[in-house]
Amino acid sequence: MTRPLVETRDLKKYFRTPRGWLHAVDGVNLTISRGQTLGVVGESGCGKSTLGRVILRLLEATGGEVLYDGENILTYKQDKMIEMRKKMQIIFQDPYASLNPRMSVSEIIAEPIKVCKTIAGRKAIEDKVYEMMDTVGLARRFVNTYPHELDGGRRQRIGIARALALDPEFIVCDEPVSALDVSIQAQILNLMMDLQEERGLTYMFVSHDLSVVKHISNDIAVMYLGQCVERTQSDELFDNPLHPYTQALLAAIPVPDLSARNRPQNIIRGEVTSPVNPKPGCRFAARCPKVRPECSVEDIGLKEVSPGHFVACILY
Amino acid sequence: MTEQATVNPSNPVKKRSQLKAIWFRYRKNKLAMFGLALFLSLVLVAASSGLFLDYDTQVIEQRMRERLQPPSSEHWFGTDQYGRDVFARVVWGTRISLFVGVFTVTIALTVGTLFGALAGYYGGTVDNVLMRIMDIFLAMPGTILAVAIVGALGPGLVNVLLAMAIARIPQFARIVRSAIISIRGQEFIEAAKACGTRDGRIIMRHILPNAIGPIVVQVTLHMATTILGVAGLSFIGLGIEAPTPEWGSMLSEAKEWMRYHPYLMVFPGVAIILSVLSLNLIGDGLRDALDPRMKN
Amino acid sequence: MEERLLEIKDLHVEYVTDEARVFAVNGLDLTVNRGETVGLVGETGAGKTTTALSVMRLLPDLVGRITRGSIILDGIDITRATEADMRLIRGEAVSMIFQDPMTSLNPVMTIGEQIAEVLHLHEKYDTKEEVEHRVDEILRLVGLPPERKGEYPHQFSGGMKQRVVIAIALACEPKLLLADEPTTALDVTIQAQVLQMVRELKEKLNTAMLLITHDLGVVAQTCDRVGIMYAGEIVELGTAEQIFQKDERHHPYTVGLFGSIPDLTRKTRRLSPIEGLMPDPTDLPPGCRFHTRCPHRMPVCEVESPRPSYNGGHLIRCHIWDDRRCSQ
Repeated sequence: MTRPLVETRDLKKYFRTPRGWLHAVDGVNLTISRGQTLGVVGESGCGKSTLGRVILRLLEATGGEVLYDGENILTYKQDKMIEMRKKMQIIFQDPYASLNPRMSVSEIIAEPIKVCKTIAGRKAIEDKVYEMMDTVGLARRFVNTYPHELDGGRRQRIGIARALALDPEFIVCDEPVSALDVSIQAQILNLMMDLQEERGLTYMFVSHDLSVVKHISNDIAVMYLGQCVERTQSDELFDNPLHPYTQALLAAIPVPDLSARNRPQNIIRGEVTSPVNPKPGCRFAARCPKVRPECSVEDIGLKEVSPGHFVACILY
Repeated sequence: MTEQATVNPSNPVKKRSQLKAIWFRYRKNKLAMFGLALFLSLVLVAASSGLFLDYDTQVIEQRMRERLQPPSSEHWFGTDQYGRDVFARVVWGTRISLFVGVFTVTIALTVGTLFGALAGYYGGTVDNVLMRIMDIFLAMPGTILAVAIVGALGPGLVNVLLAMAIARIPQFARIVRSAIISIRGQEFIEAAKACGTRDGRIIMRHILPNAIGPIVVQVTLHMATTILGVAGLSFIGLGIEAPTPEWGSMLSEAKEWMRYHPYLMVFPGVAIILSVLSLNLIGDGLRDALDPRMKN
Repeated sequence: MEERLLEIKDLHVEYVTDEARVFAVNGLDLTVNRGETVGLVGETGAGKTTTALSVMRLLPDLVGRITRGSIILDGIDITRATEADMRLIRGEAVSMIFQDPMTSLNPVMTIGEQIAEVLHLHEKYDTKEEVEHRVDEILRLVGLPPERKGEYPHQFSGGMKQRVVIAIALACEPKLLLADEPTTALDVTIQAQVLQMVRELKEKLNTAMLLITHDLGVVAQTCDRVGIMYAGEIVELGTAEQIFQKDERHHPYTVGLFGSIPDLTRKTRRLSPIEGLMPDPTDLPPGCRFHTRCPHRMPVCEVESPRPSYNGGHLIRCHIWDDRRCSQ
C-alpha cells in the first residue's frame, strides 16, 4: 500500500476553559491518500473543524503527530512551516467572514502569492489572478469588485481561488457549502470535484451534511465529541454502519422521498454531553441504546473489524 | 429581504470604491454635511490667515490708544484691553486650535493604535500588562491628568500638547483593541495565516483597515474634545501662554471686561463652539455612514 | 369538507429603501386548511419569510408594505385589521417560530416567566395558580421537565431552546403556526427529535402549520401539501405525493432543486444544479421569472408570464405544461 499523503496519529487538542479542559480533539487517527477525499462528519461541537485547523497548524496541537508525506510537520520550525503552507490550504464555511471586506477580488486572490512570493512581477501576478478566476468559473469582469457586492456562491468561488493560488496539494474544506443555497451548493460541489480531477487534489471535507459528504468522499470518518468513532469507505459506511452513533445519525437524515415517511422512527434521545473533562469510556454511552456497563470503563480505540472498516465500539 | 446587492450579470462591473459608498451615505446626512462645510471653512481660515495677517504687527502688537473699542467697520470684532484687533486674534486662534487638535490626536492615535493593536492581537499577558497600564491612566479624568502633567512640566505649547496627547492614548488604545479583537477571530485572518502571512502584515493589511471605521469616528470626536480641553487649560492659565491668541486664554482675559465689553467674550466663545460643533457633527455623520447596519 | 383557515390571495409585498425597491412577493396565492401542514420551499430571497411576516403583520416598519392582495385568517382580513386587533390575533389565531432559538428568547427572563407572559397578555387565566399549572402543562407537552421552568435560556442547549420557543408559540393554542426554518440551526439528531415532537403535537392539538424551509427532506417527512417558491411566486403547488413523485409533471425549477441535492440512494458522479443565480429582486426579468436559468426556455417565456395550469389540484406555473398553449 502506498504511503498516505496526510496521516494523524493520536492527535489531541485541548482548550483550557474555566470549568476544566475541553477535549475538542481527543486522540484522532486518520489517513488520507493522495488524490482522495476523506469526509469528516459529526454534529456541532464534535471537534471536526478544530481537527482541520490542527492538521494545518492554524491551532497548535496538544499532543500527537500530523504526518505529511511521512514527515511530522508539528515539529517544523516557523520558516519551514511557512514553506509547508504552500502545499496545504483551507476553504472556509462562511463566504462572508472568510474574505477581507476591504480588499477587492484581485487583491484577495493575489494576497497568498504576494505573501509567499511564488510569482514575481505585477503582470505575472495579474495573469495568475485571471487564470485562477477562470479556473473557478468567476467571470473576469468581477476582478475589481468587493466581496460584499457579490452573492454567496461567487464569494465561495473567490475563497476557492485564493486557496488554489499557491497550487496546493491538500485542501481542508471546512463546511464549504453549508452556507449556500442548494442550487448554488451543487454548482460548488461540481466545481470542487472537477478541480480534484484536473489537479489531483487531496481533500479533507468537513461537514455536518451526510448526503453531501457521501457524494464527494471516498472515505468517511464519523466524529463524536472529539473522537473518531467509525471510519471506512463511504459506500460501506452507508450500507453497513456499525457504530450505534453512526446508525442514529443515518436514521436522522431527512430524506427527500416519501417512502421514508413511515419508516420506523429510530431517533436517539438526549443531546451531546459536555466535552469538558469527559469521563473515561465511550463518549456516546450516555445516549447509546445498546449501552453496557463495560462501555464506561476505559477509552475504546478504533478496531479494524473488516478490511478498511474501523469502529470504536465494544460490540465489535 | 434583499440579501445582497447582486451584480447584474449583463453589465460589466465598474469599480465603485468603498470610499465612494461611504461618501454616498454621508452626503445624505444634512447636519453632517453642514458640519463638514463648517470645518472646511475653519481649515480654510486657518490656512489662509498667514496670507493676510502679520503676526507681529496685527496679532500681538499692543496699541493702547485703540483699546476696548466695540465692533466697527475698522475692527469687525472690536479691540481688546491692549488695543489688539479681536478679529485678527480669533482668526489666528483657529490656526492654534486646529494645530493643537490635529497634533494631539495624531500622537494619541499613533501610540494608542500601537498599544491597542498589540494588546488586541496577541491577547494574554501582553494584553493584560498594556491594558492595566492604560487603566491606570483612565482612572484619572483626562483634564485632571493633563493639569497634573502641565503642572509638572510647566505651561507652554509643547507641554500642553504632550499632556493632552498622553491623556488620550488610553482611549484610543481601548477602541483599537476592541475593534481588533472582534476582527481577529474572523475567518479571513485564519486564511491569511494559512498561507503563512506574518503577524505584522496581518495587522497592517487585514486587521487595521477593517478597524478604521470606529477609529476615524474617534479621531473627529477627540479633536473636538482636545480643542475644548486646550481652551479649558488656557482659561485656567495652564495652557498656551500670552500673547499667543489661544481662544481659551482670550476668554480668560476677557472675563474681567465681560460686563461692559461682552464682545470680547462672545467671539472667541463662538469660535470654540463652532469648531467643536463641526467636528461632533462630522463624527456623528461618519459613524452612521460607516456603520454597515445602516446599509439597507 | 375541508375548511379553509388561511387564504392568501394575490399578495404583493415590497421593500422600499433609499437605494432600491425590492419586489419580495409578487402575486402569491396560498391556502392552508385547518389541521393541515403546508410546506413552503425555496431558496434565499424567494420571499418565504416575507410571506410569513405578512401574515403576522410584522413586516419592518416604513420599509416593507403589502401593496396588493388580501390575507384572510379565520374570516378576518389581516391586511385591514387594526394594530390592536393584531395583538389579539398574534398568539391566539397565529403564532410564529423563528429560525434562531438563541435570539428569539429573552436572556434575562426565566423560561417559565416567558411562557406565563404570553398567557397574561391574552388574559387566559385568572389566578396565578392556573397560569403556573398551564406553564407546567405546556412544558411537558414539548418534552421539557416542568422543574426547569425557573432556569434562564442560556442554561438550555440549542434543541431545548427551540422546544421552549415552540412552547411559547403554542401557549395560547393558536389555530395556525408559522414555522420559519425551525430546525435549520439544529443538528440532525436534534432536528429529528424536534420534527417528531412537532408531528405529535399537531396530531394532539390539530394545529395547522405553514412550514418554511429550504430542506426538501424535512418537507417530505412533515408536510401534506407543498408549495415551491421562486422570486416571490409559487411556481408549483400540490400534495406531497404530487411534488415528490419523480415521473409526474414538474416545474423546471422543482426539477432543478431535486437535481441539486445529492441522492443518498443512488450513485451519481455529478449533480445537475440550476445554472446561474437568483434574479435581482429589484430588477426582476419580464415574463417567467425563471426563464434566465431555465433549461427548457422558449421565446414566449421571455415576454409572457405563464398562467397556472391545474391537474387534479396540482398547480404548475410554466408555459411547457400549459395545455391551452400545447393545443394551439
